[in-house]
Amino acid sequence: MSFLDLKNVTKIYPNGTKAVHETSLSVDEGEFMVFVGPSGCGKSTLLRMVAGLEDITEGDINLDGKLMNEVDPSERDVAMVFQNYALYPHMNVYNNLAYGLKNRGIDKQTIEQKVNDAAKLLQISDYLQRKPSMLSGGQRQRVAMGRAIVRNPKIFLFDEPLSNLDAKLRIQMRLEIKKLQQKVGVTSIFVTHDQVEAMTLADRLAVINNGIIEQLGTPIEIYDNPKSLFVAGFIGSPQMNFLDGNLKNKTLSAEGFEIKDINSDHEGEVTLGIRPEHLSQTENGLINLKVDLVEQLGSDNLVYGQLKDKKDFCYRCPGNQTIEKNSNLSLNIDNNKYYIFDKSTGKRVN
Amino acid sequence: MTRFITSSFSHLILFIGILIMVVPVWMIFASSTHTSSMINMNGLQMFLGDSFYENYLRVLLYQGGFFKEITALKMFFNSFIMATGVAILSVVTSLMAAYALVYYRIKHATLLFWIIFITILVPLELRIFPTYSVMAELNLVNSYFGLIVPISASAIATLFFRQFYKTVPDELLESAKLDGANTWRFFVDFLIPLSKTMIVAMLIFMFVFGYNQYLWPLLVTTSEQYWTVVMGLKMMSGSIVHRFAFVMMSMVPPILIIIVLQKHFIKGVFQDK
Repeated sequence: MSFLDLKNVTKIYPNGTKAVHETSLSVDEGEFMVFVGPSGCGKSTLLRMVAGLEDITEGDINLDGKLMNEVDPSERDVAMVFQNYALYPHMNVYNNLAYGLKNRGIDKQTIEQKVNDAAKLLQISDYLQRKPSMLSGGQRQRVAMGRAIVRNPKIFLFDEPLSNLDAKLRIQMRLEIKKLQQKVGVTSIFVTHDQVEAMTLADRLAVINNGIIEQLGTPIEIYDNPKSLFVAGFIGSPQMNFLDGNLKNKTLSAEGFEIKDINSDHEGEVTLGIRPEHLSQTENGLINLKVDLVEQLGSDNLVYGQLKDKKDFCYRCPGNQTIEKNSNLSLNIDNNKYYIFDKSTGKRVN
Repeated sequence: MTRFITSSFSHLILFIGILIMVVPVWMIFASSTHTSSMINMNGLQMFLGDSFYENYLRVLLYQGGFFKEITALKMFFNSFIMATGVAILSVVTSLMAAYALVYYRIKHATLLFWIIFITILVPLELRIFPTYSVMAELNLVNSYFGLIVPISASAIATLFFRQFYKTVPDELLESAKLDGANTWRFFVDFLIPLSKTMIVAMLIFMFVFGYNQYLWPLLVTTSEQYWTVVMGLKMMSGSIVHRFAFVMMSMVPPILIIIVLQKHFIKGVFQDK
C-alpha cells in the first residue's frame, strides 16, 4: 500500500451532482502529485475529500495506512494552502504560523523554534509581527505556505494557490514551491487548471475531466503519449491541432492529404492530432498553411493560419525564421509524431 | 468666493442646529448650580451659580421615595447594573444565536432567523402582561434578574452578527479546522476577535437601551430598593434645582459610554474591513 490511497472514491452532492466518479489513485511518500483539469472538473472536490472538508459518498481514503473516511480534518494531520490563502486576518504572521501548533498543545519554546525555522526557510522572518493586510500578495503566499510547513504534516494540499498572483510572481512562486517541496520532502498534492504549472511542478500528474481521471503519468509521458482527445487538447501550449479524417486499411485520409502505413487496425471516423511544435517546413509537404498571423515570442514564432478547408491551424517554428503574413507554407509532420483518436469515444487508436 | 459663501452658509445652519440642541441643556445645567429661591424669583439662568457641590451632593445622598429607602446614588447603581446586564447578556446571546444559525447545520435556519427577527414587531410593551406574570410565577419580581432578563433577547443584535458572520469566508473556517480548531475554538479565536468592533457597538446600543427602560422597571419593581434613574426622573419631587441636578446627572452615563467607545461604535456600525 502506498502512502496515500484513494479507492473508488465517489462524491455525489446532495442536489444529485456527481462531482467525482469512482476515482482510484495512489500517491507515494514524498511525491509531488498534480491534479489538473478545467474548472468544475472535480479536482478541488477530490482534494477537499483528502483534507476531510468534503464527505466521501463512496469509497475509501487511506493515508499512511489509516482509513481516513470518518476522521475529522483536524485529526488528519494534513495542511492546506487555499486559493485566497485564508490567512487569519486578526492575527499577526507569527500567530498565523503558531496557531495550529498551539492547538496541538505544543510548548511555547518549541513553537517559537518551529515558527522561526519556517519563517527563515520562507524568508518571512522580517514580517512576523505584521498583520496579513500589511503584506503583499507574494508575502501572503509565503505565510500560507509557512502555516503548512510549520506543522510538519503528513501531506501538503495546494488548492490553486498561485492563481491570485500576477504572471511574474506566479512563475517565481512556482519555482519556490517546487524547491521547497524537494527540500522538505513532504508528499504534496497540487490542484491547478494551468497546464504549464502542472507540467513544471509535477512528479506525476492526473488529468481530470468530468470527475474522472483521464490519464495519470509523468508530465513527459502525458505530453508524449496522450491517451485521449481531451488530454491531448489540454496538455501542451499552444494547443494541439485537430483535423477530421477517415481511417481505413491503415491509411488516414484527411482534407487534402493522406498518411499511409498507420500503426492501427482501427477503421472509421477519426480525429488527427498534431502538435504545433512537431511540424517543419519542407517543399511539397503534406500540409499547406496560409498564414494569417505570426506571434513572435523571441525564442519561437507561433504561426496561425488556415488550411484549405478553412480550418484553423498553428505551427511553431524557431524565432530566427522570418515568416510573412499571407504567405503559404508547406509543412511536414516530424517523425510520425501524430496522434489519432476515435472520433466518437475520443480514445487514442494509434 | 462662491465656495466660501456656500460653505459659510452651511456652517451657519449647523451652528444654529447646535445652539438649538445645546442651549436648553446648558440652561438646565447653569440653573442647577443656583439656589432654588434664585430660580423661583428670576427664572432659568444662563450663567453658573455657586451652589454646584451643595445641590449635587444633596441630590445624590438624599433619602427619597415613600419609605425613604432610596438615594439617587442607589438609583444610578441600579441603572448601571441593569444596563450593563442587558448589554452583556443580549450581546452574548446574540453572538451565540448568530453563530448557531450560520455555522451549524440547522434545518430551516433562515426561517428560524426570520422568526427571531419578527420579535422586533412584538416589543415589551405589547407582551408586558404575560412577561410580568411569568416573572411573578418565577418569583423574580423585585430582583436584578427580573429587571434584566426579559429585555435581553435582541433580534437586532442577532441580525447584525448573523450578517457579519455570513461575510466571513468559508476558507477561514476550513483552514482553522485543519489547524485543529474545534467549533468552540473557532468561535472564541476567530469570530469574537473578528467581530470585536461590532460587539462594542452592540454593547453601547444595548447599554443605552437598558438604561432608558422605564415601563418594565416600573412594573417589575415594587420595592424602592430597585428604582432606576429613569424611574427616578418621574418620581422626583422637591425643589427645582435638585430636579435639574438629577436630570443633568441622568444624562452622564450614556454620554460617557459613547464618548469613551465612539471610535469602536462608528467602526462597528459602518464596517469597513
